[in-house]
This record gives sequence, structure tokens and C-alpha cells, in this order.
Amino acid sequence: MIKNYEELNDVHIDVLREIGNIGAGNAATSLGMILNAEVGIQLPKVQITDFDTAVNALGGAEAMTVGVLVNFFGEANGMIMFLLGMEDAQNITSILVQEDDSGEEGLSEMKLSAIKEIGNILGSSYVNSIALLTGLQIDLSVPYIAIDMAGAILSVPIIEFGAIGDKVMFIEEGFYTDGRELNSDVIMFAEVDTLQSIMRRLGLEE
Amino acid sequence: MSDLIKVGISDYAKSRAPEIIVTYALGSCVGICLYDNAKKMGGLSHIMLPESSLAAKTETNRMKFADTAIVDLARDLAKVGAGRLTAKIAGGAQMFATPAMGAMGDIGGRNVKAVKAALAALRIPIIAEDTGKNYGRTVFFDLATGIMKVQSIGKNILEL
Repeated sequence: MIKNYEELNDVHIDVLREIGNIGAGNAATSLGMILNAEVGIQLPKVQITDFDTAVNALGGAEAMTVGVLVNFFGEANGMIMFLLGMEDAQNITSILVQEDDSGEEGLSEMKLSAIKEIGNILGSSYVNSIALLTGLQIDLSVPYIAIDMAGAILSVPIIEFGAIGDKVMFIEEGFYTDGRELNSDVIMFAEVDTLQSIMRRLGLEE
Repeated sequence: MSDLIKVGISDYAKSRAPEIIVTYALGSCVGICLYDNAKKMGGLSHIMLPESSLAAKTETNRMKFADTAIVDLARDLAKVGAGRLTAKIAGGAQMFATPAMGAMGDIGGRNVKAVKAALAALRIPIIAEDTGKNYGRTVFFDLATGIMKVQSIGKNILEL
């Protein structure tokens, strides 16, 4: 029986990778619908990694980052967090929200709620990929947003994991549309009993 | 100025004047600065969880938990000659406005509470604090002066 993320073997990690791949694929489709454009995706990079590696991938502990957090619950429990650099957040929201906010620092209220909504839709994409593979019934919370230093935002999932291990599932996705690129990262955290039920449903655990 | 001594998550370091110890981007974690003003020495601990009893049985890093990290740092400081210690603490934010639910509900608040309990048990007085709220903090601890400098995005620098 798996007790923490360190105990995952290669087959388990492949399953999580596949969840990440399907999730990112769904995410590209959903994103295309919101943006009303063709959205392509590069092959996502799915890793089980430690806190420092994840923080460095975001540009260092103090890099200003937008995080959208969605909790999932029901037959599977955990959290999904989307992370965007400030520039990417500005770019994607300026497609969705046409307003002149060049004088403003940070993101306007409209843009914040646009980002939250994107987080929400992308959250469902990943949760649907778990549901699709396993048949588990899963619900989503409303999205929560924070704009702050990468390290401070990442302290939230790392603490959730903290009691059971030091690794997180970190997915780097690159979307592109219309000559524009959007890089975002996703951290997915499933509780240990959820990991067990995913693996059990797939016949990988007793 | 000498190089900064960096403390990561679930880590601590100790030194003496004129060194400066830094820990970056505390979110719900708490930074604890312990200082002996007479000897100009001290340490900075970056904890992420309140109690070691929360840990999986395989967990061995005592620097991760408020209850074990503070005791160990105070003991390490005593070993190198520190006497009377005072404390300054920062962090313990709630980064996302999620309703407090589950085992980890308002973990920032619980971390701060656990840090205060651990310091009280060691009779180390807290002489300054910048905790709670909803933003991240970087902490510089200057061992020449005992000043804890707290830096956040879009806020004035605090010198405590």
C-alpha cells in the first residue's frame, strides 16, 4: 500500500503522468473555448519533484506569481493549483478583457475574476481526467486566487503535502494560440487514500 | 557586507555578528529569529507545520515542525555559548481565502500558535512579530543589531 509520494513506483508515476497529460489536453480544449480560438499544447512535462525544484521552475522564491487554487473532494480528495507568471497572466487576460488598464499596477478586478474563471475551468479539466480514468465521483470547490511571491504561494500545497512527504506533482504546460505562447504550471496534490483508490481502480494496488 | 546565510523551508541556521541570515517568501510557514543581544549571536528557523505528531512515521526532519525545530535551535545556540534569548517572529499568513476546513485549515494561524507555545515553554519572550494576514514575507535577520527586516510585495519594508 502506498503511504506517501516517495513510495510511488515507476508504474504509479506513469499513471499520474497520464492523468497530467489528459488533464493538460482537456485544459487546452477548454481554454480554446474560453478564448474562442484554436489552442495548441506542447507535450506537458509531468514530474514528481521537491519544493525547491518547483520554486526554481517558477523563477525563484520571490518571483511574482498568480496562483489559483481549487480543492476537489468526494471520492477523490486533494487540490489543484495553477501558477502563472505576471506577464502570462496579463497576456491571457488582455485577450479576454478588453479594457485600458495600462496605468494600473497588477491586475484589475475584471482580470482577476477572468483568471479565477480560467483556473476553475482548467481545474475541472484535470479532475475530469481523474474521473475519466477511474470512474470516481469528484466535486470541485470555487476557485481562490492569490498574487504574491512564488515561494509563499507554493507553501500552501507543500504544507498540505508536508505531513506525508516532500514531493509534489508538478506539470509544466505550454499552450499556444495565434502566435502567442502561454506558459503555466500546475501542481496537483491528491491525498494518500485518493492515490490508493486511483491505483486500485486501475488494478495497480490490492 | 558578508554573504547572506540562506535558510530554506524546514531548515535553520545559526551564526553571529556581522552575518545576516535570510529566508525567502514565507507564506503560511513561520520564521523564528532567536537572538542573544549580549553576545550578538542568534539563529533563524523556517518551520512549515505546527507539531511533529502530524508527521508520517518515516519523517525525520525535526526542522520542519515548530515544536521540535525551536527546541533544537535554542539548544544548538546554547551549545555555542548563547545565554538569554529573545524572539522575533514573522509569517503564518493565510495565502488563499479558503474556508478553514480539513486538517490543514488555517495552517498559518496554527503555525503561529504552535511557535508561541514552543517559545513560551522555553521561556523565550517574543519582542516583535509580524504574522497572519494574507501575504508572503521575506525575512532578513541582522546578527549585528538583532533587527528583523520583513519585505513583502507592494508593502513598505518593516524593521522590527
